[in-house]
Amino acid sequence: MKISFPHMGYSYIALKWLVNHLGHECIVPPEPSKKTLDLGVRYSPEFACIPFKILTGTYLEVAEKGAEIILTSGGMGPCRAGYYWVMHQYLLDEIGKKVKVIAFEPPLCNLRDFWQKLHRLRVSGGLSVKAFIQVLKITWEKIKAIDDIEMKSYHIRPYEEKRGETTRALWKALEFVDEANREDEVDEARQEGLNVLQGVRRDESRDPLKMGIIGEIYVVLEPSANHYLQIMLGEMGVYSDRSIYLSSYTRKNTIVNLEGDIFQVARPYLNEAPIGGHGVNSIGETILYARHGFDGVVQLAPFACIPEIVAKSIIPAVSRDFDIPVLTLFIDEQTGKAGVQTRLEAFVDLMEKRRELKRQRERWAI
Amino acid sequence: MQVSKIGIPRTLAYFIYFPLWKTFFEELGHEVVLSAATSKAILDRGVKEAVNDACIPIKLYHGHAAALAGKADYIFCPRLVSVRSHGDFGTETFCPKFLGLPDMLRLAMDDLPEIIDVRVDLKKGKDELWQVFLEIGSKLGNSGEEIKRAFTKAKKVQREYQRLLYQEKLPPEALELIEQKIPVPKKDKSGGSYDLQVAVVGYPYVLYDAYINAGLLAILEKEKVKVYTQDMISDREMNRQAKTLPKSMFWYFSNRAVYGALHFMQRPEIEGVIHLTAFACGPDSMVDRLLEIESRRRGNRPYLSIAVDEHTGEAGVRTRLEAFVDMLRYRRNRK
Ligand code: SF4
Ligand code: SF4
Repeated sequence: MKISFPHMGYSYIALKWLVNHLGHECIVPPEPSKKTLDLGVRYSPEFACIPFKILTGTYLEVAEKGAEIILTSGGMGPCRAGYYWVMHQYLLDEIGKKVKVIAFEPPLCNLRDFWQKLHRLRVSGGLSVKAFIQVLKITWEKIKAIDDIEMKSYHIRPYEEKRGETTRALWKALEFVDEANREDEVDEARQEGLNVLQGVRRDESRDPLKMGIIGEIYVVLEPSANHYLQIMLGEMGVYSDRSIYLSSYTRKNTIVNLEGDIFQVARPYLNEAPIGGHGVNSIGETILYARHGFDGVVQLAPFACIPEIVAKSIIPAVSRDFDIPVLTLFIDEQTGKAGVQTRLEAFVDLMEKRRELKRQRERWAI
Repeated sequence: MQVSKIGIPRTLAYFIYFPLWKTFFEELGHEVVLSAATSKAILDRGVKEAVNDACIPIKLYHGHAAALAGKADYIFCPRLVSVRSHGDFGTETFCPKFLGLPDMLRLAMDDLPEIIDVRVDLKKGKDELWQVFLEIGSKLGNSGEEIKRAFTKAKKVQREYQRLLYQEKLPPEALELIEQKIPVPKKDKSGGSYDLQVAVVGYPYVLYDAYINAGLLAILEKEKVKVYTQDMISDREMNRQAKTLPKSMFWYFSNRAVYGALHFMQRPEIEGVIHLTAFACGPDSMVDRLLEIESRRRGNRPYLSIAVDEHTGEAGVRTRLEAFVDMLRYRRNRK
């Protein structure tokens, strides 16, 4: 069968491998482009959130290329994302595309459904249970390797001597992972990839500002949805960190994840969790970034994103109490790269001045 | 015990649960202060106080809460997490804005009275509703005995209210009947003087707030249309409709609107379905498209969607309703 899935950052590298090694044919989703968005906007409800629209566009694009099945995630709410696949199926049916959307509901929500879907995928691809598990395992290792490499690139880029070198190194590193086929090969690829990034010529005398990135998962994970914000920041000489990676639910590898229960951190401001999406996380993470001496936080959210609006209404209090500036960027189909860049530059300027002032004050205090 | 003044914003869940809350507080010996019906002043105030990306109903809530400042000792703003008392709870909860409402309110305005933000999460167990009321009553300084009595009475009044709704009374009228303590009449079989039956579904806080929907229900009444809403349908029927969908949505009020609409789509005497939606409401972007598609698939029922926002004018709503009603009549005569 011809199978596709949503485009989310660099994860397609691992998912492509997965589909192919399950014995199916992979239709790799193209990176979301203007065309994707236009298609999505045309066929989605007007007030659907931007991730929904981008996915609509992506699904239509892969359907055009012959995809018969789209694998995606389900969800238990409370936000709209868990209902995306149902709506997408309705829309695809209405347009007359013969594509089936298969969503993996979280095992917690419906365990039987989860196993049944896995089982069908395995059997239709003709794999033994053992081989199937091995394929899943290698895919997971790939996802982790990709995340590690991407994360590293954000830490290296603000120091790069030659603009664009980190991005080139990043792609090279991702290629290694792409080519790996066994567990040990993935591990090697990861190491080698990290080395390539480490090898980027850097100016260590720089003192980059530190920025935390929070917000809704899709627009945070998909660089094309946020106009490559983290790369933009890196090239402005700003070090950025985020807690949301596909693999971060199960790992303690980011600043935020090391701190334990994020809901607990947010509790004094929002006495309810979860509220859907990353709403509560956004509040808690702002606090943690402040505590870790970050200079500022950017909240990335789809326009009209419900949980992020709740977060936004509460963040001013957090920002005041913890003395950390927060810039909220609501993204919709109107948002242009230039607009994002201008607002980001102004914000970085502000952080620069604040840091200078703070340091002066500290000097005087001594 | 000290007598407290409990402020209740006349919006959101008010239209469905007011008799329960009011009876409870009054039986405990407290005084209930209700904000005035929505007006331009209340809306403007809400727009000013709430985060500007919020939907109107949430802004409106801020406006109503602000109107209670200085008039009440408490604002009753329960955090609604799950309220279904039977059937499949599944993953149902409320729109994230409901979940965060008490906190949004608290941080938006400094001069509000203390907020009673007791968490209502009935899926936790059979006893949960009692626990909720026990918590409220204790906070107000009442004894367990008093709380028990008030709770029993409140539930009884709420049941009467519910019965009125099932008898196809609209909440504004039903609330008045309950208020005047008129004994619940037997089901009115006379039929009334209408010549068209239409279902109107949507959130109670949009449907029954005559200001925010520009008097939609009154306009329909003048047009001799009998209006049915999702709140006239039993929970059992709702649960039955839920099974006809691939998956339920996660939001209580959205689900009710959807199941209600699906129910009416299978009743031949109901000639059209109107969905009243709040402009820029997140869940509604899905509810609306789903209903639009289902109304076509389920018997090609005429479907109209009306979105209301800060600037909705009576003229605009009237024109669209009249056109819809004319179309329904034309369609019938053609048959
Ligand atoms: S979290 Fe935001 S973007 Fe995601 S489904 Fe909810 S409203 Fe849409
Ligand atoms: S359901 Fe819609 S209208 Fe109601 S609070 Fe949520 S976003 Fe606002």
